[in-house]
Amino acid sequence: MSDSDKNFIEVRDLTFYRGDRVIYQNVNLDIPKGKITAIMGPSGTGKTTMLRLIGGQLKPDSGTVKVDGKHIPNLTRKELFALRSRMGMLFQSGALFTDVSVFENVAFPLRVHTDLPEDMIRDVVLMKLHAVGLRGARDLMPNELSGGMARRVALARAIALDPDLVMYDEPFAGQDPVAMGVVVQLIRLLNDALGHTSIIVSHDVAETASIADYIYVLADGEVIGQGTPDEVLHSDSPRLKQFMQGLPDGPVPFHFPARDLCDDLLAGVK
Amino acid sequence: MVIQALRRIGSKGVSFLETFGASGMFLFQSLFAMPNVRNNFPLLVKQIYSVGVMSLIIIMVSGFFIGMVLALQGYNILTRYGSEQALGQLVSLTLLRELGPVVAALLFAGRAGSALTAEIGLMKSTEQIAGLEMIGVDPLRRVIAPRFWAGVICMPVLAIIFSSVGIWGASLVGVDWLGVYSGSFWANMQDSVQFSDDVLNGVIKSIAFGFVITWIAVFQGYDTEPTSEGIGQATTRTVVYASLAILGLDFILTAVMFGDL
Ligand SMILES: Nc1ncnc2c1ncn2[C@@H]1O[C@H](COP(=O)(O)OP(=O)(O)OP(=O)(O)O)[C@@H](O)[C@H]1O
Ligand SMILES: [Mg+2]
Repeated sequence: MSDSDKNFIEVRDLTFYRGDRVIYQNVNLDIPKGKITAIMGPSGTGKTTMLRLIGGQLKPDSGTVKVDGKHIPNLTRKELFALRSRMGMLFQSGALFTDVSVFENVAFPLRVHTDLPEDMIRDVVLMKLHAVGLRGARDLMPNELSGGMARRVALARAIALDPDLVMYDEPFAGQDPVAMGVVVQLIRLLNDALGHTSIIVSHDVAETASIADYIYVLADGEVIGQGTPDEVLHSDSPRLKQFMQGLPDGPVPFHFPARDLCDDLLAGVK
Repeated sequence: MVIQALRRIGSKGVSFLETFGASGMFLFQSLFAMPNVRNNFPLLVKQIYSVGVMSLIIIMVSGFFIGMVLALQGYNILTRYGSEQALGQLVSLTLLRELGPVVAALLFAGRAGSALTAEIGLMKSTEQIAGLEMIGVDPLRRVIAPRFWAGVICMPVLAIIFSSVGIWGASLVGVDWLGVYSGSFWANMQDSVQFSDDVLNGVIKSIAFGFVITWIAVFQGYDTEPTSEGIGQATTRTVVYASLAILGLDFILTAVMFGDL
């Protein structure tokens, strides 16, 4: 098998700026087909940005982002929307449509992309909601859900169409231990049973390591480590070690770039 | 100094033109984004309800009071010349040609335009617009186009309702209260109002206003900074720009329609 058959997504020499700030500098990333790939890294490094680049909502300043062999920035609006109907994305904020019920939120992708009859849509939606434990919440409106529930509804919506690629932005955030276990199992199950390609963005080292096939760790605009969970967890690289073990002091900065604290405090009010 | 001032004016001008161009492109893309009637018709109906039907109360109440005030003021002046039977003509022409389209449009900008901007802005800041895009649905088609068309369709209807209620209010004051002979009130009106000159021109004006108001409202919403202040400012801008645009456009249209140019 050649590389492009094996990889659903190939990112090459990606450079991306926000204003003058470098978010990515010559990053390379492969997301293999049918596997669960995790993207980890400190808050604010650009993990969400990476998902948006893959989904075509942002355009790279240079480099290529290939999804299923197609270079995303070169697609026409129509081709891009067609490709996106094969992707599911769980947004960090959930992004549920606030003017319709939980049921309609999950039914939405089915209604716009398929011609299924109403009773079939109902079955699919109830099954997806059942999988995330919220079948009983189908008539609630999004503003009546808790944060964790809203995220699970968003998860059900992201997988409604059984897309080829599912991108989960922080799927475990705000879940209690039981729901967390269910979500972890669900992602694994969907991947194995339906052959999805999955990307998980997460900070939860233990959960992510338990289901990911491959892990990329991003920091400071570059890939600072990659490998199987085992390799990454037991790496000798100081930066990787610090991040994976959650040590407060080390080469990975916790602070957003700023001048020295003492200078800042002593500078006083101008 | 002078150079700097010039430079500032220049860059303001360029950024104005850029925004104007972007909003034009945006309008163009939304306008031609409505081929799927089966899916979009229910969306349009829903928007007509929230944009049009929900504005009915304020439009009717305002029309009623403006009609009554017009009748009072008109009667006051006309009796000086002993021609109070011309009250019907005065009220109906004023309402149909000017006040109906213009005041209804100003109210519509405040009531529906601001709501459109705030709604779309909030959808953007809660990532619902991004969510639509990622599901593979064009938000211009799904969110913007039905709102835009609803505004263009509702505005003339609202203006006509405004004028009708206004004329009814004027007849209550003029005929039932001040005692103008009802036969001459209505007959005078029928004699002087012409369908093509007065009614149709008023409708054309209000279609133009509806177009401009909803264009400004949906663009400001779509282009907003996705924060609370951003949405607040965008809403204000919608009302201010739309009101100014209505008044300016009204002058131009009146000059073309009634100015014998
Ligand atoms: N709309 C924007 N405008 C300017 N800068 C932005 C914008 N969105 C994000 N950024 C910047 O881009 C960087 C990456 O943001 P991103 O949301 O991708 O981080 P992240 O890795 O997902 O963080 P987290 O784990 O906290 O979600 C951040 O430092 C942020 O300041
Ligand atoms: Mg993020």
